[in-house]
Amino acid sequence: MAIFNLTVNGKKTKVDVEPDMPLLWVVRDFVGLKGTKFGCGMAQCGACTVHVNGEATRSCQIPVSSLPKNAKVTTIEGIGETQLHAVQQAWIEEQVPQCGYCQSGQIMSAVALLKSNPTPTDADIDSYMSGNLCRCGTYDRIRKGIHRAAASLKAENAGTGK
Amino acid sequence: MEHINTSRRSFIKAGSLTGVGLMIGLNTFAREKNPKKISHIDPKSAVLDLEINPFIIISTDGSIALINPRPDMGQGSTQAAPSLIAEELEVSLDKVKLIQSGGQEKYGSQQSGGSSTVRGLWTSLRKAGAAAKEMLIETAAKRWNASVADCYAKDGKIYLKNSDKSFTYGELVDDASKLQVPKNPKLKDPKDFRILGKYNKRLDVPDRVTGKAVYGIDIDVPGMVYACIQHSPSIHGKVVSIDDSETLKVKGVLQVIKTKRPMPHRAAEAVAVIATNWWAALKGRKALKVTWDNGDLAKTMTTDNYFAATYEAAKKEGIRYEEKGDFNAKFANAKQKLEANYETPFLAHAPIEPECAVVHVKDDGTAEVWAHVQGPDGGLADVSRALGISKDKIKFNVPLLGGSFGRKAYHDYLNETCLLAKELKKPVKMIWTREDDITQGPYRPGMLSHMQGFVDKGKITGFHHHAIGESIVGQVFGGLAPDESDPWLSGEISTENSKYEFPVSKISWTNVKTEIPIVWWRSVYASNFGWGQECFIDELAQLAGKDPLQARLDLVQDARYRKVLETVAEKANWKEKLGAGQGKGIAVFASFGSISACCITVSKDGAGVKIDKVVSVLDCGYYVNPDHVKAQTEGNIVMGITAAIKGGITFTNGVCDQTNFHQYNVMRLNEAPKMEIHIIDSGENPGGVGEPGLPPIAPALGNAIFAATGKRIRKLPFDITNLG
Repeated sequence: MAIFNLTVNGKKTKVDVEPDMPLLWVVRDFVGLKGTKFGCGMAQCGACTVHVNGEATRSCQIPVSSLPKNAKVTTIEGIGETQLHAVQQAWIEEQVPQCGYCQSGQIMSAVALLKSNPTPTDADIDSYMSGNLCRCGTYDRIRKGIHRAAASLKAENAGTGK
Repeated sequence: MEHINTSRRSFIKAGSLTGVGLMIGLNTFAREKNPKKISHIDPKSAVLDLEINPFIIISTDGSIALINPRPDMGQGSTQAAPSLIAEELEVSLDKVKLIQSGGQEKYGSQQSGGSSTVRGLWTSLRKAGAAAKEMLIETAAKRWNASVADCYAKDGKIYLKNSDKSFTYGELVDDASKLQVPKNPKLKDPKDFRILGKYNKRLDVPDRVTGKAVYGIDIDVPGMVYACIQHSPSIHGKVVSIDDSETLKVKGVLQVIKTKRPMPHRAAEAVAVIATNWWAALKGRKALKVTWDNGDLAKTMTTDNYFAATYEAAKKEGIRYEEKGDFNAKFANAKQKLEANYETPFLAHAPIEPECAVVHVKDDGTAEVWAHVQGPDGGLADVSRALGISKDKIKFNVPLLGGSFGRKAYHDYLNETCLLAKELKKPVKMIWTREDDITQGPYRPGMLSHMQGFVDKGKITGFHHHAIGESIVGQVFGGLAPDESDPWLSGEISTENSKYEFPVSKISWTNVKTEIPIVWWRSVYASNFGWGQECFIDELAQLAGKDPLQARLDLVQDARYRKVLETVAEKANWKEKLGAGQGKGIAVFASFGSISACCITVSKDGAGVKIDKVVSVLDCGYYVNPDHVKAQTEGNIVMGITAAIKGGITFTNGVCDQTNFHQYNVMRLNEAPKMEIHIIDSGENPGGVGEPGLPPIAPALGNAIFAATGKRIRKLPFDITNLG
C-alpha cells in the first residue's frame, strides 16, 4: 500500500491504496464518489470517463501511481456543483438518459469535446463520442444534447463577453 | 455509507411514526389469487389481469407516496407508475414520492418484464388514485355539510365550488382513512387527462446526469468485503483443483472459497476470491490456478454443432403448433413455391452495468439484500431459497438497474452472492467483470426459422414457419414436454398474433437443446422469429410479383395492423422514386400487446450498404408519456440494428469466443442512423412499449438491402460494410 495525494473536484484528498489500482476504483471506493461507473475494464465503453487536467480519460486504465504530479481529477460530481453544467442542462432538456448508467461518461466526454471544439458538427460529435457506449440507444439524443449545449454555451459566453 | 435518498428515508420514517394516514391498496385492489378481494373489480375495465396491489400513503403533512412495484432499468417505470396515480389523485407528479417495493407478496407481481409496466398497472393504479380522491372529497363534503357533487379535487386540495373554501389532502387524511374504500371509483375520461398521454420530463433525470442516481453497483454497506468469482470457462465445468498460493499473496485478499453459481435449472461450480476491495479481489482472481474437468462440454457447447442440428431439424417435420388446411399436401403440389432458412445468433444482453449484488446475513438470523433485479418478488424468493431464511426475515432493497434487457431477471449472480454471504456472515459485495457477463450467459438463444410458402395468381396463399432451437420455457423452467411445441410461440408467430390470414398455413416447432444457458432477451423470441417471418413474406411477395407493402395489406384485415402499415408507408414515403442503388424495406410485427412497423432506407456503399433512415411506427394503445415511447423505440432501433449487423455470441470447443466489447461489438454513436418515430393514437388498451419496436428492425433492414442490391440475406449477424 502507498499514500497518494489527489485533487478530486478541487478537493485535496489522501488515499492509501496499491499503486496499480486504477483511478476508477480509487475514486469510487476510496474517495467515495460513485458517479463514475465501471463498464468493461478495458477502455472499450467509456462509462468510467473522468477528466485528468481537463482531458477526457478512461479512469479504468490509469493506475493511480501513473497520474501526473499534482493532477487535477474531475468527475461527474465536479462539473456542476454550484450550477448544472450546460451539458447536464441540455441532457435534461433533451431527456437523454434512459437507464442513465453510461451518461456520466457520456457527459464527461461531451464536456471535454465542447471545451476543445465549441461548435462541433455531427461528424465531429460522431468521431469524438464513438468511445462511449450506450446500450439503451440514446445516441440520437446525445447528438441533439451536444448541439443544444454548444448553443447555450455560445449564448452564455456572448453574454459575458468571452 | 448507505446510498439511500435521505428525503425519501426521512419520509418513510415520518410516515411510519405518524400513523401513516391514508393507505390504499393492500386490501382494496388485490390480485386475483385473492379471489375474495377481486370481486369488486370490473373485469372489462381491467387490462390483462390486475397484477399488483397499488399502495398509496398520504401523510398528514400532505406528502404522498406510492409503492412503485416495477424496478426501473431505463424503461421509465419511476415516471410511469406515479403518473397513473397522480392523474386520478389530482396531484402534480412532483408531489408523489416513490418507494420501490421489496418483493413482499402483498404488492403482487413486481416483475419489470414482458413490457408489462404500464399495461399491467394502467387500471389498478388509476383506480387506487381515484378511490383515494373520492374518500378525500367525501370527508371534505361532510366537514362543509355540502354535497359531494359540489366538491372537487385539484392540485392536492379539495375545493368547495363557488366559495373560497379548501382543504389540503393532509388536512383531510385522518378522517378520510376511516371511510370505506370505494369499490368502483369513477375513473377520469381520457379527454380530461392532464398527465397521461402528455409530454412530461422524467423527474429522475437530474439525478441521472449528476452522478447522484444510485445503481446496484453503487451500494456500500459498513463492514463489507468484496468478491470476484472465477467461473468455469466452459460454464458447467467441475473444479478438480485450486491453487490459490499466488492469490493469497495479493494485498487485500482475505480468502478463497470454492462455491457455486446456481442458475435456475442447474448449479455450476465456481471459486470466489474475497478481499477488502474489489480491485484486489479481481487481481486475486487473475492469480488463481483452477483446473477444471469439462467432460464433454467442448463437444456439446459449440454453436456450430448446435446450428448444424437446427438445419438437420429443418429437414424433418416439427411438432405442429397450429395448422390451417393441409399445408404439406398443398405445398407439394404448388407451382410457385419457396423454401428458405433464416438464422439468428445467440446474443448477450451486455447492460453497461454488470451483474452485481450486496448481501448481508446477520447474526440475528435476518438478512438484507441490495440487488438490481427486474423483479424483487422473484428475487426475494430466490434469496430466501439460497439462504434458507424465510422471506419475512429478509429486507430486499432494489437500487436502479444500469440497463438489463432481460438479464437481471435471471438471478444466478444474486444466488452466488447469497452463498458467499451465508458462509462469511458479513456483508458481501460481488461484482461480475464484463468478461463474466459476455462469456457466462445466459444468452438469447440462437434460432432457426425454416420457412416454406407458395403463391397463386399474385397472392401469398400458403405459409409455414417452422421455429427451431432451444426453448426458454424448457431450459429455464423445465416446463416443456418432449411432444409439446413451445407455448411462447402464441405471442410471437401464431397467426392469431401476426393477423396474417393465409388460405393455408402452419406453425411448427422443434426443440434443439443446448447446454449453453439461455434466457429472454429484449422482445424474447420475437427478436429471433421476426427475422424469418418478415423477410420470407418479402420473398414470397417477390415471387408473386407484388409490392411488399401491398402483399402484406392483402393478407391482413385487422384495422389496427393495416393502419400501422399504411402509416409507416406514408411517413417513410414508401412510394417515392429512389436513386440508383437505394432501397426501402418494410416489416411489421406484433408483440406484447402492441403493433410495430418499420421502414428502413439504405443505399449502396462500396461492397456494402449504409442506412440512410429508419422510420418506426408503434400502436401501443394508450400510453403514459409520448417521450418515453419515443425513447424506448429509439432504443429498440439501436438494439435491433446491433443484433442484425454486430457480432453474435459463438462458442467453440466449449468456450465463448467473445470476452469483452472489443469482440462483442455493439453499435456506437457514429453508427447510429437517422431515425423518426411515429406513435399511433389508437385509444386502445395499453400495450407494451419497451420491446415491441425491436422485432421489425432486422427484417426491414434485410428487405431494404434486397431492394437496393438484389442480395437476400438470411443469416444474422452480417457485415453491412461487405455483403460479399
